[in-house]
Parts: sequence; structure tokens; C-alpha cells
Amino acid sequence: MNNLWGDSLSSFWSAWIIIITLGTIGLSVWILLANRRTDKIPDAEGNVETTGHAADGIEEYDNPLPQWWFKLFILTVVFALGYLVLYPGLGNYAGILGWTQEGQWEEEVAQAEERFTPIFARYQEVPIPELAEDPEAMQVAERIYQNNCAVCHGSNAQGGYGFPNLTNDDWLYGGEPENILTTLNNGRNGNMPAWQQLGGNNIENLTQYVLSLSGLEHDEERAESGGNTYMAVCAACHGQEGLGNTALGAPNLTNDIWLYLAPGQTVGDSIRQTLRNGRNGHMPAQAAYIGEERVHLVAAYVYSLRLSN
Amino acid sequence: MKHEIVEKNVGLLAVLILVAISFGGLAEVVPLFFQEDTTEPVEGLEPLSALELEGRDIYRREGCVGCHSQMIRPFRAETERYGHYNVAGEQVYEHNFLWGSKRTGPDLARVGGRYSDDWHRAHMYNPRDVVPESIMPAYPWLFDNTLDGEATPKKMRALQRLGVPYTDEDIANATAEVRGQQEITALVAYLQQLGTVFEGTR
Repeated sequence: MNNLWGDSLSSFWSAWIIIITLGTIGLSVWILLANRRTDKIPDAEGNVETTGHAADGIEEYDNPLPQWWFKLFILTVVFALGYLVLYPGLGNYAGILGWTQEGQWEEEVAQAEERFTPIFARYQEVPIPELAEDPEAMQVAERIYQNNCAVCHGSNAQGGYGFPNLTNDDWLYGGEPENILTTLNNGRNGNMPAWQQLGGNNIENLTQYVLSLSGLEHDEERAESGGNTYMAVCAACHGQEGLGNTALGAPNLTNDIWLYLAPGQTVGDSIRQTLRNGRNGHMPAQAAYIGEERVHLVAAYVYSLRLSN
Repeated sequence: MKHEIVEKNVGLLAVLILVAISFGGLAEVVPLFFQEDTTEPVEGLEPLSALELEGRDIYRREGCVGCHSQMIRPFRAETERYGHYNVAGEQVYEHNFLWGSKRTGPDLARVGGRYSDDWHRAHMYNPRDVVPESIMPAYPWLFDNTLDGEATPKKMRALQRLGVPYTDEDIANATAEVRGQQEITALVAYLQQLGTVFEGTR
């Protein structure tokens, strides 16, 4: 199925290609030979007659084809025939060398595998915390990170609006090696439901309560009544004390780290927006893209980021 | 043969030139129309939904193909980065092809599922918001414009004539599926299905 060019040409089309290809070459050779000589013969001093064309007094000699040009043409014909014997080109005939595009690709991949597999296999056996301290491994890992992860999490790994910062010690799904591995291999789907139905007043109260959790400026009275709603509606995921739950990916609300704080937006507005519309975070699974060995390395890289802070 | 005859008769010269240059096309292009590899869809290939189809037209309208190819060639350097090389059977419902010929940005042939919908929206609104180094233009109007879906059934009908297996039901529901959607939603829907028919991208 994955062939670029299978052997599925019918014999008619195979013959069609062969006849046109060889016919074209034959035709070229015939034209070349037919035009090789002119019927005008140089006189005793080597002068040739002109073709009789004249433009602004410039006349054109009627010489035969130059030898070097003629030989070069013959050489290209020989090259073409040699190529068609060695490589695929004539319909279903595969060429003596048996070269295919997929074959060349497979060879390249096999060569790379042979070179890199032992390296990754060696890293695979090292536990993540230990690997995170290995500067050479981290150099390799950073490349993989920059190619695959930086697009969302940033080349400095500090994240952005809706994309978690990986350099602080705040983890939506846990920061232990196995948590990071799970996140990378299988991806994550964060889902904060919308609470529009609570009504504007309740949403404002809740907002003030959430602000109070991380000690930000808030309205005391509203926060107090928001607290009751919080216990009824939000505590199931975010916890009674607002410390979050890494099993669900529910963020900690007490540390003044805001995943969805748009540039120029106040924290209060961001919370209101979250409560009204909900949020959907999606981290795509990486195992299918980069393979488990590289995931292991990247996990160590992510783990190492906190060490450097 | 006297080439004088050819040189002095422009009509004959034109005909012979046409004959000469048609050989390449006859040998290299024409057989492809009759080859299974290029005319049969790969297993699991579905025609684009109405919304994805509109997204594809936005992709064309905004000239994405000018900077992004959709053609992963069978070289390790490409398959490492972008996934499995393209095969003809994935493209049999494409009219026209969006292979592109220049990569100012990365290849998109298998971008589907790589990033979240949110990422695509943020990125299209202003690429610098998510990738500070990016030189891609911003497309903020995709968030203001909505689709009316008036032309969607006609487009699908035309594709149906070209052999894309849309059912009459698909076409009847097309306008309703598309109407009122933001253009960005359609574009993201199109991007998120690109190249996903091949399981396991390596």
C-alpha cells in the first residue's frame, strides 16, 4: 500500500512507455545524423558557402555540426540508454540495480537506526531523574524538545496563553517522572466546564473567592458567599482548599499561576471568562510521532527544567 | 531531410514542436491516469466534510500553499520531521492538489492532530503569540468572517462529478453544517484532518 510507484502498470501502458521513450531517443539520433552534413562542400581554401540568409549585412555560413557538439550529443544518448538499463524507466522493467525510491528511503532509515538505536537504548535504561543530570543526554533531549514541543511550550519552555509553563514547579498532571511520561506518551485532555448557568452574580462571587485563594485583591463580602458556591460546585475537582488535583488535571488555585491569563488581561477577567465559557486544554499524544525512546529523553528534559531553576 | 523546409514553414514548425514536447507528457503523465496506485484511494480515505471543504477553500484563498507544502518526500530527513511520506492514494479526492513547491513554513501534509485546536486558533490570530520567532503573517479576519454556506453544495456537486464520493445527503446537509461558522473554525477543521488517514505517522 505504501508504494510510491507500484508494479501495477498493465502491459499495454508498460509497452506504451517503452515505445515512446526508446522512440524519442531513436528519433533524436536520426535527426542528429540526418543533419550531420551539408551538401555544400568547402572550396580549396576551406571557405563554405553561406545559407543565403542576410540580416543587416550579416551572413550565415552553412557548416556541418561541430564535432565536439556532435560527440556530446552521442554521449547523452549513450548515457540515457545506460541509465535505462540500470534504473527503472522503461515501463515495468525495474533496472539491473533494482533501485526504488522506497528502497533508498528504507536504506537511509536503516542506517540511521543502526547508528542511533544503541544511543537511545542506552538512555532508555537510565532512570529519568538520573538522566536529567547527564549533560550529553540533555543536549540530545533539548533538540527533540525544540523540534516537537517548543511550538506550544515555547523555546524557553515557559509556555504561553493556554500552554503550561514547564519551568516552574506547578504541575497540572503531576511532575513525577511517571506523570510526565504519561502526559507525553498519551497526551492530556483538560476540561473545565462552563458555569454560565450559575448566573452573573454567582460567577462574580466565585471570581472574588478564587482571587482570595491566592491572596489577590478581592471583595471580602462577595468572596465569602462565593466560598459556599465553591464548596458545592468547584471543590470536587479543585479541592476544598483549592489546591487542585493532578489526577484530573485540575489546577491549583492558590499559587497565583494562571494558565489562561491573556496579555493585558486582569486575573479577575480571566477567571470570569473561564467560569462563563469553560476551558479545553489539549496536549497531543507524542508516542506516535517521536517514539517511546525519544519520549523518555524529553521526559528527562522536562524533569531537568526544574533542576535548573 | 532539409531542415530548411521546417525552418521556412512556421505552421509545420509549430506542429513538429508540439509533437516533440508531447512525448514527455505522453510517457510520464498519461499512464498515471490508468494506474491503480494513483487512482484508487488508500483504505479509510474519506472525502472532506462540508466544513473541512470550506476550510480548504480558505486555505487556498489565503495562499497558504505559497509558503507551506503538502508533500513529504521519501527522504529520512523529511519523514523524521513530518511523518510517513505521501502516497498518491491519499490524494485521489484532491481537486486541485495543494502540494506546493516552496517551504517558507513547515510541510503540513500530516499536521492533523499534531497541535490542539486552541493552538491553531492562537497561532492564526497572531503567530508571534505562540511562536515568538515566527515570520508567518497573522490572519485575524478569519475570526470575524463567518460562512454562509451558500456555495458549499455547489462545490460538493462539482467535486462529485469529478469522482469524489459525496452522497446526495452530504450535499443536502452541507449548508446547514457550515452556516454561521467562523472561518477559523473551518480552517482548523481542515488542518486537523490533514494526513490522518495513515495510522502511526512514522
